[in-house]
Amino acid sequence: MHEMNELSTFWFVTIGAVKVLAVFTVVMVVVAYMTLAERRVSAFIQDRLGPNRVGPFGLLQPIADGLKNIIKEETMPGTAAKLYFVLGPALAIMPAVVTFAVIPFAAPLPTPVGTVDMVVADVPIGILYILALSSLAVYGIVLSGWASNNKYAFLGGLRASAQMISYEVALGLSVIAVLLLIGNVTLTEAVWQQQQLGMWFILPLSLAFIFFLISALAETNRLPFDMPEAESELITGYHTEYSAMKFSMFFIAEYAHVVTASGLLATLFLGGWDIPFWTGDDMFRHETGWIRGFDAAGAPIPATPSVLITLLTLGAFCAKTGFFLLLYIWIRWTLPRFRYDQVMHLGWKIMLPGALGYIMLVAGTMLVLDQLGVPFGLLYGGVLTVVSGITTLAFIFFVDRDRVIGGAHRKIKMARRHVPAAPKSPGGPAASS
Amino acid sequence: MTEIFFILFAVVALGGAVGVVISRTPIASLLFMVATLASVAGIYVLFEAHFLAAIQVLVYAGAIMVLFLFVIMLLNLGHDYRADLRFGLWSLLGFVVVGLTFGVLAQGFLDVNDTGFREDGAAVAAALDAAVQEQGVAGVIAEPLFTDYVVAFELMGLLLLVAIVAAVVLAKPRSRSGES
Repeated sequence: MHEMNELSTFWFVTIGAVKVLAVFTVVMVVVAYMTLAERRVSAFIQDRLGPNRVGPFGLLQPIADGLKNIIKEETMPGTAAKLYFVLGPALAIMPAVVTFAVIPFAAPLPTPVGTVDMVVADVPIGILYILALSSLAVYGIVLSGWASNNKYAFLGGLRASAQMISYEVALGLSVIAVLLLIGNVTLTEAVWQQQQLGMWFILPLSLAFIFFLISALAETNRLPFDMPEAESELITGYHTEYSAMKFSMFFIAEYAHVVTASGLLATLFLGGWDIPFWTGDDMFRHETGWIRGFDAAGAPIPATPSVLITLLTLGAFCAKTGFFLLLYIWIRWTLPRFRYDQVMHLGWKIMLPGALGYIMLVAGTMLVLDQLGVPFGLLYGGVLTVVSGITTLAFIFFVDRDRVIGGAHRKIKMARRHVPAAPKSPGGPAASS
Repeated sequence: MTEIFFILFAVVALGGAVGVVISRTPIASLLFMVATLASVAGIYVLFEAHFLAAIQVLVYAGAIMVLFLFVIMLLNLGHDYRADLRFGLWSLLGFVVVGLTFGVLAQGFLDVNDTGFREDGAAVAAALDAAVQEQGVAGVIAEPLFTDYVVAFELMGLLLLVAIVAAVVLAKPRSRSGES
């Protein structure tokens, strides 16, 4: 059995500090390059080139932007409440940069002084820590909107608080379904249980994934939920009066939220740092040491942490998080903005009862499976996958209200009827839907 | 180390509480309140009550106080409060209630011995540690909540439901023809 090889206090503190610095730096660099990726991908989607002048492929653009924001003039509106005006961006950025701390990003790394967990802080409350801190993010936005003493900024701030409160409920409820299956709230345990189940939670909890994705979009104020800064109605909403680095801090906060949300989505629903179809990377801190799983008799199978596995799992985590980052950009440049009442309608009348019902469904299914004595494995997950899949399809059909699915079907039928009259017209209105 | 953090959080919590009372603007009061709540959550963390700390921040600092902020901003409060600051029968009653509450809380500290712990403190702590090992931080709170105190818990839920229904009824515009 591999020794636990715990770190001494000195190394725990030193390595902890190194991890904090490293993760903070990486998140900030990813945030900087998210701004570039956003502009390049949006350009690709809109058949443009995007910024490509500064450095090769425009790779130095974020540095130029940062420099510009630092040396620009800071404006202070004469009628603003000065203290809160300055406090606003600081309050907005703080929750955004500390939430990544509990997300595990790789398998444990063996070092000469002991085995190091690849997570900044594996706190026992895990996901509650993220929910609690991200619920504080709204203060920065609301305060800056109010302190600007500008009616557009104020409206943006009010919208932000209403929207974030509404979707926090749906976010929390969609997470509960995941927590039911994990049986705990720590994120390392989330990864471990997905390895044990033999499938990622996106399959057995598909509807929770959809709810979480939508509420995460709303929580980060990204399109199609960017009501707080809707340019066409509110100039830029809560940060209308801000300039230079203070404006930039809102920007950094938004992208840092996106990075954390992507990491969280990857961890909760795509197995975190788990490499698919390979059990060699499964690893968990058990009482007896690092284990890979349990054999048929229930005895723990020991696992050996290695540098190679850590690097591979880090790559897997980055790939999954990168996918969600790209998905965020993709959604932003594909979907139009909601109307405000539509946002509220979706949040309170569809997501809230939907998520509540789904919790009941998952809990009921799990109760039946546990009563039947089905072991936690592929069959267990398979039954949940089928139940969730049917529910998800029903949900999509319900929210679609015969518009996309039924509408496309009608258009195809119409097109078939009109084909003899207009032969060979690939660019017709029916074909372009 | 723990003591330094405890003193820090305690000072912020008490200072924030004083700030809530003496601030001139409601927004400042509210921010002081958030600081107090967050510091109390920090003290919970020092006691290794992580779950309680997270719920404290999530529910009080993150949700309820945001609603307060929302209402203060929406109603643009803070200009007509001076009339409420008179000393009268109600404030006297307030002092009495606060004094009684403080007395009840102080009673809890009376069975503390010289070492700063309760007589049966070590046994209680050991039992708690064992329970946390077995059930996790959430389980330790959830188990008594859904077994011993389930009636009180359900009644609280019912009370909240009644409050929500009342709020909806009050907020709904009245229409004579029955359509809303």
